[in-house]
Order: sequence, then structure tokens, then C-alpha cells
Amino acid sequence: MPLLQTSGLTHFFGGLRAVYDFSLSLEEGELLGLIGPNGAGKTTIFNLICGVYRPMEGQILFNGTNLIGYRPHQVTATGIGRTFQNIRLWNQLTVLDNVKIAHYSKVKYGIVDSVLRSRRCRREEAEIEKRAIELLDIFGVASYAHELARNLPYGEQRRVEIARALAAEPRLLLLDEPAAGMNPGEIDQLLELIQWLRKEFSLTVWIIEHQMQVIMSICERIQVIDFGETIAEGTPAEIQANPRVIEAYLGKEVG
Amino acid sequence: MRRYSLPLIIIALFVLTIGGSWLGILDSYIQLVLLYIGINVILTVSLNLVNGYMGEFSCGHAGFMAVGAYVAGILTVWLFAEDKVFGAPVLPIGWAFPLFPITLVIGSIAAALVGLLVAIPSFRTRGDYLAIITLAVNYMVKSSIENMEVIGGPRGFVGMKRVMNAMGDVLDAPWLLIWTFVGIFATIVIIRNFISSTLGKGVEAIREDEIAAEIMGVNTRRTKVAAFMLSCGLAGLAGGLFAHWPGGYINPLMFTFLRSTEVMVMVYLGGMGSITGSIISAILFTLLLELLRPLGVFKWVVIPLLLIVMMLRRPQGIMGSRELTDVFPRLRAFLQPDKEVEGYAPASD
Repeated sequence: MPLLQTSGLTHFFGGLRAVYDFSLSLEEGELLGLIGPNGAGKTTIFNLICGVYRPMEGQILFNGTNLIGYRPHQVTATGIGRTFQNIRLWNQLTVLDNVKIAHYSKVKYGIVDSVLRSRRCRREEAEIEKRAIELLDIFGVASYAHELARNLPYGEQRRVEIARALAAEPRLLLLDEPAAGMNPGEIDQLLELIQWLRKEFSLTVWIIEHQMQVIMSICERIQVIDFGETIAEGTPAEIQANPRVIEAYLGKEVG
Repeated sequence: MRRYSLPLIIIALFVLTIGGSWLGILDSYIQLVLLYIGINVILTVSLNLVNGYMGEFSCGHAGFMAVGAYVAGILTVWLFAEDKVFGAPVLPIGWAFPLFPITLVIGSIAAALVGLLVAIPSFRTRGDYLAIITLAVNYMVKSSIENMEVIGGPRGFVGMKRVMNAMGDVLDAPWLLIWTFVGIFATIVIIRNFISSTLGKGVEAIREDEIAAEIMGVNTRRTKVAAFMLSCGLAGLAGGLFAHWPGGYINPLMFTFLRSTEVMVMVYLGGMGSITGSIISAILFTLLLELLRPLGVFKWVVIPLLLIVMMLRRPQGIMGSRELTDVFPRLRAFLQPDKEVEGYAPASD
């Protein structure tokens, strides 16, 4: 059974067709790329999966659970983590707090426990703190733990965001343009990191990216969408040779 | 020895204020000011949870205070005092000593439930809308009380003085101040515990970026409702204490939008998202009101002017989002020697 399966996903914004009849089947452990020109509906697909929008039509099955109608925090609790195209860290909070808060779905104590700071609450908090620091360590940003998120350099903020997405122990990680705004050196590091994460956390990764060298070098399978519709699917080599993809990106040849 | 520095400071404050009042070293005027300070600290710290930490804009705090005041006041009068409406006291006055704090808690719960009624429909909206809704609720509470003749309507509700006097006759002690002290302590501990737990920190994530918070797993609806109820409940506690002030009466005019505004002023003066800031500003603001009393009406020219200057010179308030222990790392080392002093990482405003 595939880890994530969508069929006939359709969504409109007013009269604008953002996603149309999007189907996908993602196997456990896969690394899938999603590309398409600006405004093709890539981020909207992520938002539909995460429950930010409720699709007008279609099915989303994750690990056998129907996600339609789930609120975003419930989707996260089922095991989907994500990062954002424009970094959305909680800027006025410390890096450590950013990662700690992302453990919310793992918290078992209740509000009364937190108000009374019961033993259960203290024990879980100590565990969360330990795990958060471990995660920061893995991403090499532990030295920034008590710094406000907004004071970090851009590349480090990206790393913190991935660390935050992993806090809820997802099985599927959605990366929305992780290499945006990075220089070639940082991109190489990022690619290594993604490969390593995938093995270390046995993650399934689904990645939106604009930088072709990123997507072509790490994805085994790529899906291309334009105007909300899937126009091609296949290995990097197949995609590069596909005339519809070339047309979508470069336009039709005249003559 | 230093381990106990914080409890020792609290005990010293308790002995100073309560002991001083008991022995009559502090006269009744100073005791009244202490009571006002205490009530304002509770109101400010609790409103800070919603307006500061959560970044929402609730401006009906006095309405929730009124609910707590009337519920607790009516309960104590019904239970322990001879009253025209409720008749003879239900219980002998001896019961008042253990039951008094319980009536305060019941008042808080009532206020929290009214908060829940407001929170459920209104948290689908944000910002300005919540401000308008809470403002409306403030007026609804006030006019509901005005129209309930049983509890005095616009003339107000009396009888709490008889309860306090009866308690004083049995055992002479500044009971109200004692419970106010406990109330302040409880409020600060509750808000600090909540805000330092992962569940409670969700409140700050909501302020920073609500959609990101929801996607990262924070149950934003539950967090918002819980924070709002907590805040309203503590306002109810302040109300319950206020209902038993030496004046012995409460009326709807004490809980108008102006009272809510006063609390908001104290929150913004102290700094949004700072508990110590709220405490400092509640103390300073209450003292300022008293010190400027000789100016009469002109007090209301001078105080707003001071506020305008303050907002122009230091818009983030006295403390910004920092705590006293962030500003003085040594103080943290002094108060919590068991915790290692972390690198000084202040918010650069």
C-alpha cells in the first residue's frame, strides 16, 4: 500500500483553477520531486495535503487514513511534517522554543497539568527539551538555541525550519522550495542533508523545487504540473526530454 | 541558603504587608492602596496572557471581573450574612474562614465559563473583531446586572462588608489582604507555569504566525480557548476580591469599559509578554493614581499625558517582552542558583 495516495484532487480559488484532478501515489521511502512553472499550483497541493484548504473534490489517503476534513494540526499528528517556501519560523521566539513548540502534537499532559506544573508535565517537558536540543545538534544549530529565530542567517533559518518539521516525528516530509535563496555551496550542503535525513529518520520526502540541479540530482521520480494539471511524470532523464515540459517552461517553438 | 531566596522574599513581603496591617502599623488607607495594587496586579498579569502573549486584543476584562465580583459577593452574602433578599445566613460565620476562598474560586469559574461562551464563537475571527466582541460583552454584562433588580440593579449590591466584619469579629486579621496576597501568588504561578510549558508556548506561536502554528501541530483553537478562559477566570478572581473591599458595595458602574481600558493601559505600560513588567506597571500605575489624587480632575490630564510620552519614548513598555531576570542575569543567578545561567540573549528591540 502506498504511504500517500491522492486521487482526483481538485481545488478552485474563486474562478481560478488552482489544482485539477491531481493524482499521486507515493511509496514509503521514496523521494519525489514536484516541479512546475510559477503559479502552477505546487504549494496549493501541499496546502491541500496539510489541511490548510479543504479540497473541493478528491481523496487523500495517508497511511490508510482519509485526511479530508482533518485540521492541519491533526494532519501533522498523523505523521506529515513540512517546511514553507518563505520561511515561517516564529521570529520573536528563541530557536529552542521554535523546536519545542513543534512537539505540541506529542504532548500527552493536559492544560491542568501545565498550569499546576505536575510531575507528569515536568517529566514530559524535560524530555521535549532534551529531544529539541538533540535535533538542533543534528542540524548544527545548537549554538543558536537561545537566540531569537529572526536573528539567524538565512541558511541557518532553513535548517531550523527542517528541524522544527521533524520534531513531530513525521514519516512524510514535505519540503517547499528548500533551496530558495541559497548559494551553490549551501545547496550542496542541503542536498547532502536531505539524503542523510532520509536514511537517518527513514523518511519519505516530497520536494517542491525551482532549482533544476537540485531536483535532477536527488529525485528518483519527478512530477510536473502546469495550470494545476499533471503534464508529465517520470525519471529525471525522461522529464528533461519531455516536449510538454519543455513547452511549459520555455514555450512552444515557433515555425 | 540562596536556594530559598525567592521563597524568603515572598515570605518577607507577606509578613511586611499582612503583619503590618494586622498590627496597625499600616493604616487603613495604605491597606486599601495595597488591595488596589493586588487586584490590579491580578488583572494586568491575566490580561497580558491574551493581549501580550497571544497577541489578541481583548478589551472587556472588566466584564469578566464583574461576573467574578457578583458571583463571589452574592455567595458570601447568601451564606454568611443577614440580608434583605437572601434572609438569614445559611451557615454560621465560622464556616466563612474555609469557605471564603472557595467562593472566590467559584466566582473565577463563573467568569471563565462566560469567557468560554465568548471564546467559542469569536475565535474564528481575529484582531479587531475580537476587540469588538469583547467590548460588546463588557457592555452586555454591565447592562444585564443593571437590569437585575434582585441584586440591586444599577444601585449596586451590598452586604459584603457585614461578612468581612463578622469574620473580623471572630478572629481579627486582615482577611481580604491575606487572600489577595494568595491570589496574586496563584495568578503569577499559574500564568508562568502555563506560559513556560510547551502547551502554553503554543500561545506565543499563535501570536507570531497562527497558520504556521496550526500546521506545526499546535491545536490553535484549543490553545486560544484555554488561554482566554484562564485569563477571564483570573479576572473573576480579581473581581471576587474586589467585591469584598472595605467600601462594602459593588455596582455596575465599577465595571465599565473604562475599567477595562485601565487594565489594558497597565498591560501595555508594563510590556506585552512580560509578567514582571505587568507587576511593575500595575504597582506604579496604582501608586501614580493615588499620588496624583490632590490634583483632582487634572489627574486625568496628567496621566494620559504621561502615557503619551511613554508610548512615544518607549513604545514597547517598561519591560518590552523581557522579564526582570532577563535584564539582570545576576538576579536570575540569585533567585535560581540551581539553574545554570544561560548566555545573555536579550531581545534586541
